[in-house]
Amino acid sequence: MKILKIFIILFLSIGFSHLKSDEKNDVLKSKILKNIRCLICQGQSVYDSESEFASSIKLIVDRKIEEGLKEEQIYKFLREKYGDWVIYNPQLNKNTYVLWLLPLLLFLFGGAIIYKKTISKNNKI
Amino acid sequence: MKNKSSLFIIITVLSFCFVIFYKGLNNSNTYAPKIKDKKNIPIFEAKDFNSSAYLNSEKIFEEDTFYIVNIWASWCVPCRTEHPLLMELSKNQSVKLIGLNYRDNSNNAKKFINEFGNPYSQLIVDNEGTLSVEFGAYGVPETFIIDKNKKIIRKFIGPINKEIVEEIKLIIK
Repeated sequence: MKILKIFIILFLSIGFSHLKSDEKNDVLKSKILKNIRCLICQGQSVYDSESEFASSIKLIVDRKIEEGLKEEQIYKFLREKYGDWVIYNPQLNKNTYVLWLLPLLLFLFGGAIIYKKTISKNNKI
Repeated sequence: MKNKSSLFIIITVLSFCFVIFYKGLNNSNTYAPKIKDKKNIPIFEAKDFNSSAYLNSEKIFEEDTFYIVNIWASWCVPCRTEHPLLMELSKNQSVKLIGLNYRDNSNNAKKFINEFGNPYSQLIVDNEGTLSVEFGAYGVPETFIIDKNKKIIRKFIGPINKEIVEEIKLIIK
């Protein structure tokens, strides 16, 4: 009886661990698909689109996850095929320096103006 | 002085915005991936259109010649307009045409080939569209030129026309 119980526990734990890894893959797949732009749709991610292009990309991402590729490796593969535009969240590289650094520069510039104004106001008082 | 500098900053910012938006107006709103560097052809295995046997990319591109990979489907209307031009290109001895049948019904595809002719020296099937993704395509029709070093050197999105055929002829000369 004891042995039977152990077998049942072992069987269930193996079953659930498979379920867990499948769930994990599904979460990763959704995350990746939401970050890929559907290149033939207007303002839709591959996750949201039912186009043929999107369904092919979904299959590819599925296969790459099954092959054990990591999120960044899948993005790299897609970037090689379609360029940076295919990913919603672009990487920092020579083509995207302005995109990433301009808001920071504007923030610093605005901050400097506010700081200067506050200082001059305080001096007047 | 202060007013002048503020005016100058405002005008500069507005001019900058105007230039950006004006440039944007002239740009096409459809995205076309650019080929900056010559890319290697993908390594793949695909089903033969006629025999259903599996062929690998090495076997398909084994000859020391230029190749044209054309992605097509029987349901694709622009594919019909470019087909006579592909037939014309297939007469050229210095190039081989590889047809990639994209997400198609095999009977319809066979009817298409019987009706319009077969310009392809090798026809392979891409039922799931994943092979087209390996090539970096996102629709039909698309045409890729592959040089003797097995690198993708040119890509044409949409149906080819007479000007493109002339360009292809110059490349493969």
